Amino acid sequence: MCLALPARVVSIDEQTDMAIVALGEIKKEISLALVEDVQIDDFVLIHVGYALNKVSPEEAELTLAMFAEAGLVERDS
Amino acid sequence: MRYVEEFRSQDLALKLARTIKRECDPDRQYNLMEFCGGHTHAIFRFGVQDLLPENLRFVHGPGCPVCVLPIGRIDNAIHLATEHGVILCTYGDMMRVPASGRKSLLKVKAEGGDVRMVYSTLDALKIARENPHREVVFFAIGFETTTPPTAVAIKQAQAEGLKNFSVFCNHVLTPAAIQNILESPEVREMGPVTIDGFFGPSHVSSIIGSRPYEFFSEEFQKPVVIAGFEPLDVMQSALMLIRQINEGRHEVENEYTRVVSREGNLKAQALVAEVMELRRSFEWRGLGLVPYSALQINSAYETFDAEKRFEIPAIQASDVKGCECPRILRGVKKPTDCQLFGTVCTPENPMGSCMVSSEGACAAYWSYGRFRH
Ligand code: SF4
Repeated sequence: MCLALPARVVSIDEQTDMAIVALGEIKKEISLALVEDVQIDDFVLIHVGYALNKVSPEEAELTLAMFAEAGLVERDS
Repeated sequence: MRYVEEFRSQDLALKLARTIKRECDPDRQYNLMEFCGGHTHAIFRFGVQDLLPENLRFVHGPGCPVCVLPIGRIDNAIHLATEHGVILCTYGDMMRVPASGRKSLLKVKAEGGDVRMVYSTLDALKIARENPHREVVFFAIGFETTTPPTAVAIKQAQAEGLKNFSVFCNHVLTPAAIQNILESPEVREMGPVTIDGFFGPSHVSSIIGSRPYEFFSEEFQKPVVIAGFEPLDVMQSALMLIRQINEGRHEVENEYTRVVSREGNLKAQALVAEVMELRRSFEWRGLGLVPYSALQINSAYETFDAEKRFEIPAIQASDVKGCECPRILRGVKKPTDCQLFGTVCTPENPMGSCMVSSEGACAAYWSYGRFRH
């Protein structure tokens, strides 16, 4: 129910405010009514047929870097 | 898939697990509640608990929208289909939830009721367009994530002049429920549950932002970390909570910055505010009446409100005897504490709502964790 997945925007229909997104191999039509300034190749979070938000590539990198840093084994163990 | 696989790396998970173990104080207990069913599901699916020390316990909260909807509201939806003869549209997860007399929307459908499963509110609008001589009601449920799509549908119906479309609104609000878990009088009756910190929901927060939790963490002096849904997100967030607890801090931190900002999605918030307003109080399964915890359609859009269009009585229905969902939803009991768990009640034949949705605690225990406990 609450699942939402990141998908890549493949094409946008400005007229209807709809977009085709790719979820891995699968293509899906979704609504862009809840988001702004979406461009082709952006990643958006998809939930019940709508894009909820854009996924920030910069922030994703920072989070991955944070994992790597937290996982560094500095001391005894 | 991008933004999924990188956040499931096993190698990193093991390293993070080691760090968590090192930083957990062996002399204290860390009870961390994940409010959201999506986290419960991820924790079980990826076996996150197995990687973490014994004194760190996940407490599964009430954040599964299917699980918290009271039976009476499902009875109402059933009546709409059977007595008012509407086309009732709803999300798939609602179909199998047992209502009074062990009825469910799926059974109603099998008996000839016109119940249709939709993937999106746009599908419900399409059904209304295609059936101009029938009343079409969208049975709307869900937290802040699922509310904006309902608001969009109502605005769209108005723009198109769709006269046969209405919404039976059951949208609920996360911050009100989290607060209720800590302060309501029932907490005393059900026995104490100590929660040391909260994982904030991922996708709800993408809409409402991290700001609404600030009051809560200050008021209750509990740390909140907004966490993504992937296993590494959950582990990193657990580490951030542990650090706050160890240092005696209680702040709102955000691990899921790739999607969640402090302000949230302002466009979605504005759409919801235009179409809906707060209900003075709403019944939650497991929590009882929670003040200002749900939304209803406001007077400007009341022609699309099924509660105005049809007679929808308040129904007091009780849960199946023996079902511990209310206590489980509060984190007071575990699914395995329920006598019906796995014997009478299974995902194929659910007795209570926590067993229906894969995000429910009982279903998650059954599907992934039953051998552990
Ligand atoms: S196992 Fe079934 S009956 Fe028991 S609490 Fe869970 S849903 Fe209710």
